[in-house]
Amino acid sequence: MSERVLMKGNEALAEAALRAGCRFFAGYPITPQTEILEYLSWRMDEVGGSYTQAESELAAVNMVFGAASGGARALTTSSGPGFSLKQEGISYLCASDLPAVIVNVMRIGSGLGDIAQGQGDYWQMTRGGGHGDYRTIVLAPNSVQENADLTYLAFDLAEKYRHPVLMASDAAIGQMIEAVELPEFKEHDIDKFDWSVKGGKVTEKYRKIQNIFYSMGPAYEDFLREKYAKMEAEEQRWESTAVEDAELVFVAFGISSRVCEEAVEGARAKGLKVGLIRPITLYPFPVKAFEEAKKVKAFMTNEMNLLAQMTDDVRLATGCKIPVYHSGSIFSISDTQELIARAEEVIRAAKGGDRT
Amino acid sequence: MKLKAPERVTFNKSGFCPGCGHGVAGRLIAEVAEEMGLADKLITTVDVACGSLHLEDWHFDTVMAAHGRTLVTAIGLKKVRKDNPVLAYYGDGAGYAIGMAETIHAGLRNDNVIAIVVNNAIYGMTGGQMAPTTLPGQKTTSSPYGKDAARFGKPFRIEDAYSGFDIGYLARGALVGAANINRAKKMIRKAFEKHMNNQGLCYVELLSPCPTNWNLAPLKAKDFLLDEMTKHFPLGEFKGGDAK
Repeated sequence: MSERVLMKGNEALAEAALRAGCRFFAGYPITPQTEILEYLSWRMDEVGGSYTQAESELAAVNMVFGAASGGARALTTSSGPGFSLKQEGISYLCASDLPAVIVNVMRIGSGLGDIAQGQGDYWQMTRGGGHGDYRTIVLAPNSVQENADLTYLAFDLAEKYRHPVLMASDAAIGQMIEAVELPEFKEHDIDKFDWSVKGGKVTEKYRKIQNIFYSMGPAYEDFLREKYAKMEAEEQRWESTAVEDAELVFVAFGISSRVCEEAVEGARAKGLKVGLIRPITLYPFPVKAFEEAKKVKAFMTNEMNLLAQMTDDVRLATGCKIPVYHSGSIFSISDTQELIARAEEVIRAAKGGDRT
Repeated sequence: MKLKAPERVTFNKSGFCPGCGHGVAGRLIAEVAEEMGLADKLITTVDVACGSLHLEDWHFDTVMAAHGRTLVTAIGLKKVRKDNPVLAYYGDGAGYAIGMAETIHAGLRNDNVIAIVVNNAIYGMTGGQMAPTTLPGQKTTSSPYGKDAARFGKPFRIEDAYSGFDIGYLARGALVGAANINRAKKMIRKAFEKHMNNQGLCYVELLSPCPTNWNLAPLKAKDFLLDEMTKHFPLGEFKGGDAK
């Protein structure tokens, strides 16, 4: 029987990681992620795992690199400026074909920014935020329940692809308290992989964790192509609301999608044909979700960033054939009534009416 | 005198330059691991520069870490594989420049790993630039008129930085001459023994010649190491030594 409890988003994420078999955490305090670190500082001991408060995010992510090399399920978490420092390790994890889970509890702004919720790290997270030629699966929870469920899933996906998986949580999801059904405890055997370092007899093949193209040579290109093609074919996740007959479809993830759900309900009550596509994977972007929108005249992303970062992916998903609008503010979560008014305006304009 | 070649190092062609100390260090580590019966369990982490050539030379499971993060990579690994001896192998640039924060905090926490740090007073792989260990007046490709210690600091000494920390073992050896090499091997062995006894950070710095980037023939490089380098980097045991 699963437990149903009231928990803060960050703490539900931490507990779910342990239940997924994660027994290694290293991190550094930064708001609004810190509750994950605080929770694991006592809870990791209870389950017999290893917890380290590192000297920096660089040290933390590279400790994760070491733990992952040894076959463990390993986690590190951060926010904003700290997440930028994780990029070195994420790039190395990708290059070395290692699984790990890295959480970004997104906050507002570039530079120091501030501690309130934000969605400005979309490009950084979905395009491969470090150096080199890589992307990672990115999961975007929109509730405390999904903070738990997607973290649980993230470890499986990381292992399936031997690739780091990123969680795009945000300050609102991390700080809110909701009821959550916690997943069952799973055991993880760190000796189950043939590739992980563990020592061996002199006659055995020695395991070398390194940039895999050193050992793979020209086959590396096909190996990587197939890996990403498989992710894009098998891992697109999304939730659709009232998309089939919709003339305007919102596209929103994380905390913004919660407002859009309400806006769809409100707009429908007013007779407006409005729907919502909520990407759960930001990479691979759920392009399949857009096939269902057969009556759509326009899309509108709602995201807490100025540069309309997700609109790139919506245009690509629709072959640039349908107008894509952006709504949202850096500073606050959108207001439902304002979104309904924007929806009405865009539908009228799309039908050839006046645009005010 | 009986010499037995260790099984854990290759005798195929190596990438190290003639006169370099890395090959000696790699062999000593393999000898100690075999003599102590730990070779089947040892896991190593290497940095990105010259020392990473041990990836090919060593018959151990090995992780190649990011530059300067070799020590913390080993620390993460050891925490999930407590039954394996774990050794981090890197150079002075990794340890005392880009990885200084990791070096200090591993000492502060007294993390339970072996660190073997090869100090050749310059950056070797990138072609001989000035490092925090470069001697005053030493010419390098990025200090062509000689290192100005007033601008760039005196050579960094780990025994000064770790003086207040309770770490398991700290020693400095040199990879030139039979007597020094034998002594270095004893230091490496002591680090392994204390590591297996879970005594925390067991750290051996090894002075190594770099004839290629010092622009000296191997024998002259040996003299430079013994005559000049040891003035700034005294040999011996600083913490956890049993002698005296």
